[in-house]
Amino acid sequence: MRTTAILIVLAASLPAMAGEDAIALKDAPGRDVLLNNCAACHSLDYIQTNSPFPTQKVWDAEVTKMIKVFGAPIGDADAKIIIDYLAKNYGS
Amino acid sequence: MLSRRALIGGGAGLVAAAGMRALVDEAHAAVPDLNPGLPGGVHDAATLEALPNKAPLIKLSYRPPNYETPVSYFDNIITPNDAFFVRYHLSDIPETNDPKLDPKTWRLKLSGDSFDKPLELSFDDLKAFEPVEITAVCQCAGNRRGLFQPHVPGVQWGAGAMGNARWKGAKLKDVLARGGLKKEALEIVFDGADGPPVEKTPDFVKSIPAWKAMEDTVILAYEMNGAPLPHFNGFPVRLIVPGWTATYWVKHLTSIEAVAQPFQGFWMKGAYRIPTNKFPLVQRFLSQETEANTPITEMMVNSLITSPTDGALLPVGKTAQAKGIAWDGGYGIAAVEVSLDGGRTFDSALLGEDRGRFSFRPWMYEFKTTAAGPLTLVARARNAVGQTQTSALISNPAGYHNNLVPRVTVDVR
Repeated sequence: MRTTAILIVLAASLPAMAGEDAIALKDAPGRDVLLNNCAACHSLDYIQTNSPFPTQKVWDAEVTKMIKVFGAPIGDADAKIIIDYLAKNYGS
Repeated sequence: MLSRRALIGGGAGLVAAAGMRALVDEAHAAVPDLNPGLPGGVHDAATLEALPNKAPLIKLSYRPPNYETPVSYFDNIITPNDAFFVRYHLSDIPETNDPKLDPKTWRLKLSGDSFDKPLELSFDDLKAFEPVEITAVCQCAGNRRGLFQPHVPGVQWGAGAMGNARWKGAKLKDVLARGGLKKEALEIVFDGADGPPVEKTPDFVKSIPAWKAMEDTVILAYEMNGAPLPHFNGFPVRLIVPGWTATYWVKHLTSIEAVAQPFQGFWMKGAYRIPTNKFPLVQRFLSQETEANTPITEMMVNSLITSPTDGALLPVGKTAQAKGIAWDGGYGIAAVEVSLDGGRTFDSALLGEDRGRFSFRPWMYEFKTTAAGPLTLVARARNAVGQTQTSALISNPAGYHNNLVPRVTVDVR
C-alpha cells in the first residue's frame, strides 16, 4: 500500500520530464521481446497511437516492413512473437 | 549494427521502469479538443508536451519526434516558430551545437554528374546570395491521416501537421547556377544531417524535378518568421518548396546532388507515392512516375474551420461568426463557401488578408442562428484553377491528401 502511495505522488510530478520511459505497453506475453527489438529504433507510442484498428494482417505487414524495408535486425521467431503481441493487445 | 544514439535511446530503461509505467501514463496531461475521429490509441496516448525551445504541442511520438500544432494556433495567419509542427522519420538527429549544424562549421556540398563545378558553400556564402522571402504553407503529406476511414497505419495526425510561415533564404536556382548546373540535369537530390538509428535503414533523401528546382519560389531558407529556424524545424538551413507537400522540405540540409537519371532512393521509389491519376494534380513528377503510382507533389485545395469548435454553444436568434483558413498547392484560393444544412447548399464566405498564393488565406462567414438544436457547418474551398475540396475521402494506401470538407457541429440554444 505504502509503495503504491509513493508511486502515485511520484507519478503526479513526472509528466513534464517523464518522456518515453513513461510509456506503458500492456503487460502480456511477448512484451519483453517487443521492447528488446522495437524500442531500439523508435518510441513505443507509435504502437499505442496506431491502435486498436490494425488487424493481424496489418500488424504483420508493419513488422515485416520494419525488417525488410527499414532493416530492423529481428529474427523470424521474435517477429512472430511481436506480431502476435500486437494483434492481441493493440489490434482488432 | 546499432548506432550510439540508438543504444542510448534503447529499450533497457523502458524495461527497468516497467513497474510504474501504468501510473505515470495516467498522470500525463490530456490533450484538449482532440478530434473524436482519431483512433482510440491517440486519445489514450497523445500528450501535450514541449520539446526544447518549443511550445507544448500534441506529442504523437517521442522518438523520432512527431508533434502536431494545436488547431487553436490557426486562428492566426502565421504560425509561430515555437508552435510549428515537428515531423521526423528517423531518430538520429544531431544536436544544435553539432559541427554539422553549427553555422560556423556547417557546409552545403554540391555534387553529382550534372554540376560542372562541384563545390562547398559555408553559411556566410549562402547568406551572400540575394535573399528572398516568401510566405508559404508547410503541410505534411499525411496531415489528417488519423481521420481516414478506414484508418491507415502511420503517424496518426489530426489537422495540425501544418503551419504557415515567412521563409527567407537564397533561391535554389541561384545556388544551382553557382555549381554550374548542366542542361541534362533531370533531378536535384537533397540530404540533411539527420539520419537513421540503424545503418540498414534508408537515410531520408528526397529529389525534385530539375524544372521545379528552377522556380523562383524554391529557396534554401535560413530564417523563419524573421528568426533562425528552430532546431526541430530544420536548423540551420531547410529546403522550401512552396505548394508541394512537406516531404520535400528537407531539414538540416547539407547536400545537393544534380543527377541526369531518376534518383533511386527508398524515400522516392518506395514512399510518399499516390495512385497515378487518382488526384487532380497539375504538377507531376514524371521521371519518378509509374503506371501504378506517382510521387505526391502539390497540396490539394483544403480548408479548416477554426471557430466555432465542435460542440460549442451558440445563443439562438443571434448573429454568429464562423472563421477559418484555406490553402492549396500554390494557385491561390478563389473562394470559400459555407453550408449550414450539412452540405446541401453553400453560401460565399468573406476572404481575408491575401499574403500570396502559397499562404493560408483567412475567411469569415456571418450567419443567423434561427432555430435551437444541433447545427452543422461545412466549409469548402475552391482555388484559382477550379479545384474544390472533396466531399468523400479519396482512399490511398498511405493516407495522404486528406482534403475532405471540414465539418463542425454546434449546439444552438
